[in-house]
Amino acid sequence: MLGRYRNLTILVGVLFLQVLGLAVQVKRSGDASSTRLIRVWAVDLITPFERGLVWAQNGASNVWHDYFFLRGVRAENRQLKDQIEQMKLAQARLSEDAIQAQRLQSLLAFKEQFITKTVAAQVIGSSGSDLSRSIYIDKGENAGLKADMAVITAGGIVGKVWLVYPSTSLVLMINDQSSGVGVFLEKSRLQGVLRGTPNGELILERVMNDEQVAAGDTVLSSGGDQIFPKGLPVGKVSEVGPGREMFLSVKVNPAADLSRLEEVLVVTEKQERGAVAESGTKERAADILARRLPSVPDKPAVAAGSVPAGDAAAKSQPNNADKPANASVTKLGGKAATAPSAAGSATVAGQPSTGEVLKKEVPKKVVQKPASGDSDTNGGAGSAALTGSTGDASNGTSSGAPSSANSPAKPATAHPKPAAPQPAPQTSPQPPATEDSPH
Amino acid sequence: MPITYTSEEQIEVYRFSIPVTVGVPLLALFLQAFLPRRVPYFSYLDLPLLVTIFFGMARRNPISGLLTGAAIGLAQDMMGPYPIGIYGIAKTVVGYLASSLGVKLDVENAGTRLLVTLGFYLIHAAVYFTVARGMVNLTLNWSWSRGILAGLANAVVGVVLYFVLDKFKQRT
Repeated sequence: MLGRYRNLTILVGVLFLQVLGLAVQVKRSGDASSTRLIRVWAVDLITPFERGLVWAQNGASNVWHDYFFLRGVRAENRQLKDQIEQMKLAQARLSEDAIQAQRLQSLLAFKEQFITKTVAAQVIGSSGSDLSRSIYIDKGENAGLKADMAVITAGGIVGKVWLVYPSTSLVLMINDQSSGVGVFLEKSRLQGVLRGTPNGELILERVMNDEQVAAGDTVLSSGGDQIFPKGLPVGKVSEVGPGREMFLSVKVNPAADLSRLEEVLVVTEKQERGAVAESGTKERAADILARRLPSVPDKPAVAAGSVPAGDAAAKSQPNNADKPANASVTKLGGKAATAPSAAGSATVAGQPSTGEVLKKEVPKKVVQKPASGDSDTNGGAGSAALTGSTGDASNGTSSGAPSSANSPAKPATAHPKPAAPQPAPQTSPQPPATEDSPH
Repeated sequence: MPITYTSEEQIEVYRFSIPVTVGVPLLALFLQAFLPRRVPYFSYLDLPLLVTIFFGMARRNPISGLLTGAAIGLAQDMMGPYPIGIYGIAKTVVGYLASSLGVKLDVENAGTRLLVTLGFYLIHAAVYFTVARGMVNLTLNWSWSRGILAGLANAVVGVVLYFVLDKFKQRT
């Protein structure tokens, strides 16, 4: 009897044993520690080969790209330098907004998460299954990694650390079907949960039909999952269509290229602290920007006798003698030559709060460029940017330069060669310097 | 030529050397883990499944087939994020069916191999999803388009792979 059904009996026995093993694991609520030893064996068996191959591949690629295939590198280098210049200017302008936001958040006692430490890791393999989206990285417990740490790239979020071994870790990516990320839409602030699909796509769930969601909307992490800090880029809405019942079907293109990851950052430390307004809040983006521009070097106050028009006008008002700043705003905007004296006096009266840096620049600009009227010069570029934040100054600048103060900023037209860049205040979710780099 | 007799049909039963028996599944597991990061479309393939089907059909021994399937499936589970046993159960069933089918069908023919592999891919997916959703309570969703596409891709690659692996067969 048993002989006839021997094969079937063994099949049932083997299946029963596996079902039993699964049941034990499920009963322990998915705690991977119960199977840790077995997993370590498997990982230790496979990953050394993966590491070796990745190392060899990278070595060959580096030799080729570093020593042989250098076509177009100079042009790219030049382009990148230009880009850096422009980004420095943009960063300086944006820093004021960041400071202001921090100030407001501190007033409201907001808590904010800051990424304070990351570990760079290299992707060495995947889980070996097309039904789960997970990758192996070459850093583990030895590098301070723990389960549930966020894994990101410069482009956006990637996933979270799922299982940690001594020298490797398994990362569950955000497009895995079992993962979920708390997100919100940047424009509408609409919150939702991002999930993976069987095809490895990302779907924003539980968005009602009557919500306004458009293709191209940026999706950011909301911080609600307690894994990813708020504000990290997640992706962009690629497609919006009718979904089941009363919900929309919102597809999202991941910001990070999840199918071609090579290096990632693991967020090993993040701090939650109240936003603190900088104690020296007098320094504004305008000041930082002015410092960086080469045409506005520091210069001591010029003697009254040597200063024509604008400054003299400012000095003629003793009550505002220490705050003639907005005169410079107008003049630096490039219209000083039109009616310098009137500009100086009227602006001082109207807007006394612009940065002190500008105060020093007044005589210089008037002396150096009395009739240029050119806002595209370096100095003009800087001041044009400043007018963005002191736009009201034009109201006071009644007769001097009615149009120039309101003229749009043109910071990027000039190509200044700034001094060493000043570190901008840290905005919340920017990844800091990495603790270690991939090899 | 050694021949075994089953149900009045003459079929050939093959065996494999130990290096091939151990090395081929390990290589399949390694490639499955390594290549999808370099070639994204490779994730459609399930090399360990193809190896399970091949060994099952070549050996034509249900016990050997189910044990091979269980071993390969469990090893695949160990590399993944989910509880160990889901792939194990699915591949055990496939290994058993493949070896049972090998007894009854001529599985040397390319057309047969193509259809059999497609069928086994779908059976494997059905068992996997049943266990994953029914027992482990994973929120996995089945996509027919991806399933059929992946099944066809595996069937085509399987036919080629089987012809390569045929070279390692040793007649008993």
